[in-house]
Amino acid sequence: MNKLSTMFLLVGALALSACNNPDRYGAGGAGGAAGGAGGIASGPLGDPSDPNSIAYFNQTVGDRVHFAVDQSTLTGEAQATLTAQAQWLNAHPANTAIIEGHADEQGTREYNIALGDRRANAVKAYLISQGVAGTRLQTVSYGKERPLAVCSEEACYTQNRRAVTVVGAGAGV
Amino acid sequence: MIRFATASRPGFTQRAHKEGDAMSVLRSLCLALAVTGLAAPAALAQQGPLRIEITEGVIEPLPFAAPAFVAETPSASQVAAEVTRVIAADLAGTGLFREIPETAFISPVTGFDAPVAYADWKAINAQALITGAVAQGSDGRINVKFRLYDVFSGAPLGEGLQFGGGEGDWRRIAHKVADQVYARITGEDGYFDSRVVYVSEAGPKDARQKRLAIMDYDGANVQYLTDSSTIVLAPRFSPSGDRILYTSFETGFPRIKLMDLASVSSRALADLQGNMTFAPRFSPDGSTVVFSLSQDGNTDLYSMQLSSGQMTRLTNAPSIETAPSFSPDGSKIVFESDRSGNQQLYVMGVGGGEPTRISFGEGRYGTPVWSPRGDMIAFTKQNAGRFHIGVMRTDGSEERLLTASFLDEGPTWAPNGRVIMFTRETAGAGGISQLFSVDISGRNLKPVPMEGGASDPAWSPLLP
Repeated sequence: MNKLSTMFLLVGALALSACNNPDRYGAGGAGGAAGGAGGIASGPLGDPSDPNSIAYFNQTVGDRVHFAVDQSTLTGEAQATLTAQAQWLNAHPANTAIIEGHADEQGTREYNIALGDRRANAVKAYLISQGVAGTRLQTVSYGKERPLAVCSEEACYTQNRRAVTVVGAGAGV
Repeated sequence: MIRFATASRPGFTQRAHKEGDAMSVLRSLCLALAVTGLAAPAALAQQGPLRIEITEGVIEPLPFAAPAFVAETPSASQVAAEVTRVIAADLAGTGLFREIPETAFISPVTGFDAPVAYADWKAINAQALITGAVAQGSDGRINVKFRLYDVFSGAPLGEGLQFGGGEGDWRRIAHKVADQVYARITGEDGYFDSRVVYVSEAGPKDARQKRLAIMDYDGANVQYLTDSSTIVLAPRFSPSGDRILYTSFETGFPRIKLMDLASVSSRALADLQGNMTFAPRFSPDGSTVVFSLSQDGNTDLYSMQLSSGQMTRLTNAPSIETAPSFSPDGSKIVFESDRSGNQQLYVMGVGGGEPTRISFGEGRYGTPVWSPRGDMIAFTKQNAGRFHIGVMRTDGSEERLLTASFLDEGPTWAPNGRVIMFTRETAGAGGISQLFSVDISGRNLKPVPMEGGASDPAWSPLLP
């Protein structure tokens, strides 16, 4: 019974974060889209010098990893970033996260949605392997709909092929 | 000697009755168009030499004259002129016809029933002559009559017809006249009286605002169906044109929604918490939706019966399976999969089972769409840094690329299977999406005239 109510709480928290954050790129344009960090609808980001803040997670731990063309394999660099993300998430068990997968524009729309989903789930699986509870993690793919960098060259594509861990405010923050 | 033919074209009238209810939903479609046969001089519907074979590729467009339709009531003069312009634009826009300008005309057309001065039209090399008249009642309703003449045979081509409708229906009526002319000369069904649902785009590339919109095939009569508060993707018409499927990020996750166009109200297709659903398409009978569902990073194809909500898994592979499209007989599904290592096209039965790969050329193939005629599959091809729209036979043979650019994708077929509309996006920070159309011959590539950015077109069936 206790476990069950905990589960309900968790599901509730996830549902809430989803409600507060329906397509954070949507209404009113992309106020926080450029940074991938400013769109959290409720809850303070905090001071980036405070290791407990979401701002610290975004900037110091690093909220994103990048991928090779048409790949969802995690590079060594990506694994290092995700290991640090997992450590932070394990130290802050009240926080949930939505992992966003993205693709560059060199692909068809539907395929890129599926590809972004692969990338987001590769990150999710890695975080779980590092001890983060899967119930705290949701995934979503934006395909090629929300590029960070807008040039049509590899310099931009490499920034756009990404998965971003967007930490939501939990009860402890 | 004038003979009067009283029989209407039964197929046409019957269709208007059969599908009238389903289509009455859209405001601009809601007035059923009355079609009746018209007294026609010597209604010997001879085919004569006036004929375009679309498949043979027209090098020289057929010259036609469309003198301004005669206003039979004083209030109809403006709409008569506008109807004539739309008819001429429809025909000339195909690239198969060339309009002879009014300044070249030798004799004016003073009345709908006046004798045709064939010699005067022959002298300016008008091979086809379209005459017509428009009357407007005190209630605003308009009535449009037309006749088509084969100038060099000196005879009408088919019988005269008239179309009645509300004041706001004049463009549709003009498209119906042009469809008649096109059909009589090419032997193919027309496609002008049709609509396109698409994604209207605004704003910068990294924060693009998208909303669903619907317009006439030629870019007129734009109506917005959603606001731009959330990303929407790839709308698709139901076979009867009264509903659309699309993908929305409204919940924060891509999910398929079903919109009733009459009420412009949407509902989620299914409540699959935590899963993404996208790339939906209707079955030809409208009863079933086939789509992609992503779970734990793996995307497969499913179908759902709309009446019961019952879902069937069609593919079960660790690869990406998406962009499904039914054959028009409802027996097969073409889709893309990267099971071979990169995106290729496959065909399987509607119930799933082992698919057959049909694309074997260089590069990657995606977004296959079965032609409404059933004879071809259109696709997006990506090769050597370029994107193409192409067509192939349903077994993958006779591949032909119709376009090439930085980014072309997402073909949709005109109802007659002779023209393809697609998305073309330009490169760079200022890149924008536009809709283009191209004949399946590869000719007549041109942008759809419309303001603002647009993507993901889906062409409706021919309207009733």
